[in-house]
Amino acid sequence: MIRLPLVLMFSALLFSAGVYGVLARRNAVMVLMAIELMLNAVNVNLVAFAASLQQMTGQVFALFVIAVAAAEVGIGLAIVILLFRTRESINVDEVNLLKW
Amino acid sequence: MNALAAEGEVVYEATTNGLWFVEHAWVVVVLPLISAALILFFGRRTPGKGAVYGIVAVGAAFLFSLGVLWHFVEGGGPFEGSIDWFTIGPLHLELGILVDGLTGIMLVVVTSISLCVHVYSLGYMHGDERFTWFYVVLSLFTAAMLTVVVSNNVIQLLVGWEIMGVCSYLLIGHWWEVKENSNAAIKAFITTRVGDIPFMFGIIMLIALTGFTSTNIGEISHELGLGEVSPLFISMAAILLFGGTVGKSAQFPLHVWLPDAMAGPTPVSALIHAATMVAAGVYLIGRLFEIFLEAEQWVLTTVSIVAAITALGAALLAIVQDDIKRVLAYSTLSQLAYMVAGLSLGELGLTAGFFHLFTHAFFKALLFLGAGSVIHAVHSNNMSDMGGLRKSMPVTFWTMLIGSLALAGIFPLAGFWSKDELLVVAEEEHVYWLFVVFLITAVITAFYTMRMVLLTFFGEYKGHAHPHESPATMTGPLVALAAATIGVGLLGSPQLGAVFGQWVFYEEVHEAVFVPWIALLSTAGALLGLFAGYALYKERKAQDPLQAPMGPLWNVFQNRYYIDAFYMRAIVLPVRDTWSSSVNWFNQVVLDGIVNGAATVTRAFAQVIAWFDRTVIDGIVNGAGEGAGKTGNVLKHLQTGNVQWYAVALFVGVIALAVVFIELV
Repeated sequence: MIRLPLVLMFSALLFSAGVYGVLARRNAVMVLMAIELMLNAVNVNLVAFAASLQQMTGQVFALFVIAVAAAEVGIGLAIVILLFRTRESINVDEVNLLKW
Repeated sequence: MNALAAEGEVVYEATTNGLWFVEHAWVVVVLPLISAALILFFGRRTPGKGAVYGIVAVGAAFLFSLGVLWHFVEGGGPFEGSIDWFTIGPLHLELGILVDGLTGIMLVVVTSISLCVHVYSLGYMHGDERFTWFYVVLSLFTAAMLTVVVSNNVIQLLVGWEIMGVCSYLLIGHWWEVKENSNAAIKAFITTRVGDIPFMFGIIMLIALTGFTSTNIGEISHELGLGEVSPLFISMAAILLFGGTVGKSAQFPLHVWLPDAMAGPTPVSALIHAATMVAAGVYLIGRLFEIFLEAEQWVLTTVSIVAAITALGAALLAIVQDDIKRVLAYSTLSQLAYMVAGLSLGELGLTAGFFHLFTHAFFKALLFLGAGSVIHAVHSNNMSDMGGLRKSMPVTFWTMLIGSLALAGIFPLAGFWSKDELLVVAEEEHVYWLFVVFLITAVITAFYTMRMVLLTFFGEYKGHAHPHESPATMTGPLVALAAATIGVGLLGSPQLGAVFGQWVFYEEVHEAVFVPWIALLSTAGALLGLFAGYALYKERKAQDPLQAPMGPLWNVFQNRYYIDAFYMRAIVLPVRDTWSSSVNWFNQVVLDGIVNGAATVTRAFAQVIAWFDRTVIDGIVNGAGEGAGKTGNVLKHLQTGNVQWYAVALFVGVIALAVVFIELV
């Protein structure tokens, strides 16, 4: 059995990769994918703690997160398509009309 | 107003057919008030110019009053009911009615005579340019008088009292285009006001008696009955209240306004200046009788003396008048003094005095309306322009003859019974000097009454108009009042049980007694006066037959003992010419100076405040606004529109919070 701290280290790396993607990527699709990374890092955490504490709650919660993430990606991709149709670009730093 | 009936309490247990009317006696007051408003707002648009409202309302009030009186005919007790008006500190004021036998009688007197006058004015005031306004004030006056009659507290009484004064002023000056009429109105108003000021102070003293907690007449009387108040205080209050009577009922020395008040239309003289308003002063004494009885003896003695002077002095002046209305006005003064003198005789005198008020109201209203009918026919007030009218005006002649004989005190007419009752009471109370004054005045009364009748209706016509009988609207009330004059005296006749004394009494009913020698004496006196009058005036002479034998006294009488001239010289002219200019100077220089100075100081101060407001306060307010705007201008650049920068801030924040929490925990 893999030890818990190792798993936590892995999920922390995964999450950091996601944060980097969200903050640094210009492509909206990439940003969405980075969000998926962060969500999955959380899922890994939930499952790891569930296994280590011998409780099912974490695993159930992970299932909920996967379901919500699927819905979120659906809406996110729809927004990206609309964005592309109106502006011919999906660069997030070009979408900055809502400002002072 | 329904609460009034609900809160009312029957003082004595009694169930009579008239009880409902008594409990709702306020309706009598409200009816003419409504009609006054209706005439004022709709009168001109109504056929007949609005008189119909007044006649219907006062007629209904009259029937209602009969219902109220019926309660007392059946032997019912007094009733008091009230609703809250307002409260000032401890002083609790109410609007209420106090209905006893006296109120019942007064209600009938006021409404019946008001009804007669309302009908009569249809003819007398026909075609007058202010016909509608005349009826407004007539109805308002009736409401005010009824307010005085039913009120159960002194403040409500004062309110009605003052409204009556205003109506009297308006009606005397009804034809104000003539300067003398408006002068008479002003004279009447100001002279009664001289009496009203002590009256008001008297009322304040009465309220002070209760420790400024109540204005209720019953409570004030109760407070007096405890015997804890010093007699001097009560005497002061009583004499101040008597000031109101002296003004309103035109007793010496404030009698001067009543003869001049004859400048008003004759129906007004009949209603206000003969039958009702001037009787309010007498009613006031009766209503607050407890105070006069508890006061020291000198108060009632003063009242007697004032009344005696007025009775005799006014009767003498009536002899020399040429104006028929002035004869009646002086007669009214003298008869009012009879009533006041009667009341000054104590408990027995109360019944006798009010009985005289009751009968006098009818026959004097009859005489005034008759005189109005004559004036209407000959277009002159002066008896030197009349004469021989009995043929052309038979109804007026016969009704006025009945009124005149009643005034003279001839059996079995109203005046005989009431004057006789007063004489009996004076004799029983052993006030013989007043007895003598009553008797002498009765002789003089019979004399000038005969003179008036002879000069007006007998001999040859001296005027220039073509006299004719008045229309039915005028003769109708005359006939009704003549019937009343014959009838009402019997209510106080001892032979018929003197039922009047069972309705109007103080504390307990006194048996009315018939003293044959007094009745004979008064009848002999009246006949003496009548025959003397007949002997002197049966033939009309160019000069009054009294003028030569009276010598210089004639001039004194013609000038009303110079009292009016004295008031004019000693009070009116100095006030008008000297005092008023100095008061004017004081007003212009001192008072206006203070007022203007205060204004200048205020303006200067206001400018300082304005500077402070503009500079400091506005500065703070504007500064706050501008500060917020500038800060916002700087801070708005944080919102770049770039979502990733927001995310950066978010993560930085999360990390910072995490660090803080970890450090703290």
